[in-house]
Amino acid sequence: MAKPKSKYKIPVLDGNISIPKIVPGASSYEHMIGAQKEDMEALGFPEKLQDGWKDKALGVFKQILDHNKAVRDYMDICVRCGACTDKCQFFLGTSDPNNMPVQRQELMRKVYRYYFTPSGFFKSISNAQELTEEVLKEWYTYFWQCSECRRCSVFCPYGIDTAEITMAARQIMDSIGLGQKYTTEVIHKVYTTGNNIGINAAALRNTLDDLEEEIEEEGGKGVKIPMDVEGAEVLLVPPSADFFAMPHMESLKGYAKVFHKAGISYTVSSYASEAGNFGKFIGSYQNTKEINKRIWDEARRLKVKRVIIGECGHAWRAAYMYSNTMNGPFDFLDSKYKQPTHICDFTLGLVKDGVIKLDPTANDDKVVTFHDSCNVARGSRIGDVVGGQFTIPRELIKAAANKFVELREGTTKESTFCCGAGGGLLTEEVMNVRLAGSMPRMQTVKEAVDNHGVNFYALICAICKTQFTKVFPLYGLDAEMVGGIHQLVSNAIIM
Amino acid sequence: MASFVYNGKTIETDDEGYLQNLGDWDKGLAEVLAKQENVELTEKHWKLIEWIRDYFQKFQVAPAIKSLTKEVMNLENLPDKKEANKFIYELFPEGPAKQLAKISGLPKPTGCV
Repeated sequence: MAKPKSKYKIPVLDGNISIPKIVPGASSYEHMIGAQKEDMEALGFPEKLQDGWKDKALGVFKQILDHNKAVRDYMDICVRCGACTDKCQFFLGTSDPNNMPVQRQELMRKVYRYYFTPSGFFKSISNAQELTEEVLKEWYTYFWQCSECRRCSVFCPYGIDTAEITMAARQIMDSIGLGQKYTTEVIHKVYTTGNNIGINAAALRNTLDDLEEEIEEEGGKGVKIPMDVEGAEVLLVPPSADFFAMPHMESLKGYAKVFHKAGISYTVSSYASEAGNFGKFIGSYQNTKEINKRIWDEARRLKVKRVIIGECGHAWRAAYMYSNTMNGPFDFLDSKYKQPTHICDFTLGLVKDGVIKLDPTANDDKVVTFHDSCNVARGSRIGDVVGGQFTIPRELIKAAANKFVELREGTTKESTFCCGAGGGLLTEEVMNVRLAGSMPRMQTVKEAVDNHGVNFYALICAICKTQFTKVFPLYGLDAEMVGGIHQLVSNAIIM
Repeated sequence: MASFVYNGKTIETDDEGYLQNLGDWDKGLAEVLAKQENVELTEKHWKLIEWIRDYFQKFQVAPAIKSLTKEVMNLENLPDKKEANKFIYELFPEGPAKQLAKISGLPKPTGCV
């Protein structure tokens, strides 16, 4: 593939992840495109900033503080120790001090102090700040340069979950009409078509037919990808990118082969055709719940026994952490199974029980490494054991491929770096922010390629897959290296 | 929102240059959009533009990448998907989602793609 000519600022890969000298305002000009009227209205937000926005914003701020005790504590307890400052890939990549987690949070804390603490009265000594349009502009810029990855939180001695602060800020901005196009357009599409991309039932069936044909051509005789089948045992909910993009579709082929060989009936749904949940990204409880509800409504309608989620990071967090309180209980499903189950847990279980067999020599042309995706690594768990979100994907990779190496120590598992595009940042207009945010991870990828001959970069997140497919060529690496764990399974499964 | 004048008519696009009103599209406008993308349209480009527009008309969404590569294999008699993919990127260096969709007057694909 020809290396695309670049109009972007591409970081140098020299192996160093060092603390940069700060450059105030270095990424202040990077802006998200604003939301469209029809999308904001569909999500229940005003289309743009209107008279009285300040009272409304402060009202929502107060609601959050009253309703979300964690956010109120996070506002109060930071002691500015600075442990988080050099942990954020966006600060490391942009050098902009407002991308230090503590400083990004300060954009909100200074407003909190002004309106919600006694010290706000002495604003000159307490560094309190009135909410102005200027402050809003800072919020919109910098709270949209955070991927809600929680890496800083791992290192915070107080356990402040910065992502919650970013989400609260975005919630306040949405409520006064200051939305971001990418996320709101995507959520609107889920409401109209069932998925982020806008694939309707006819288009989805057509795509699945093409995919079945391809699997058959490659020797997978009789492998089907059923859609909207009532009475199937499993409802499989992948991220919609698995129906549309590369390398995502290769993993869908892997899931299909696993179900086929295990002899377990399953179906995908044209109504719940999206595992992803961008409601989390914009901090909207209502929208998160509404998107999540589609999965469980469909599980009821199709009378399945269990729900399995495909390779998608934040989808897994949203489904695993929130489903039960938002849309449970799931007493209509089979209590033998974890509801929902992660596809890697499901497949590994079948391998261990000898129901399916993998031949790892099928991937002997590959040296595989694994990138822990933040929402899985830091936002949830897989399986029954502590740390299952780290061990299960690795065990499955090792069952499917013989050569596996870890990325640099200190940048894996709970300390993993973000791909640079999570949390609603996977959009073209902030490509420079995405590149800057990808820098620390790319240093370690380049190192693994140079020192260990890594040529397969295994992922279990649709956003990570797209981001790395996009940035690898800009760094001079082959995008074909990027793939899913079930792509390895697809190669290795004995049919 | 942005706009430009084409044949005496104001054409509205979104902030990234995709047509706001898909009905505005015609072959002349495709040439204008291609020029903005630094793509020179040849017969090979047109075959794909026509196919993707037909697909969009039928399904109201752009085709999955594998359906596109499959079609390219057939149209151009290429041996495999890898070659087909290479062919697509030679015609549209910044990728089908961005350039083929835009020039063909389709909306920008959204989601994790």
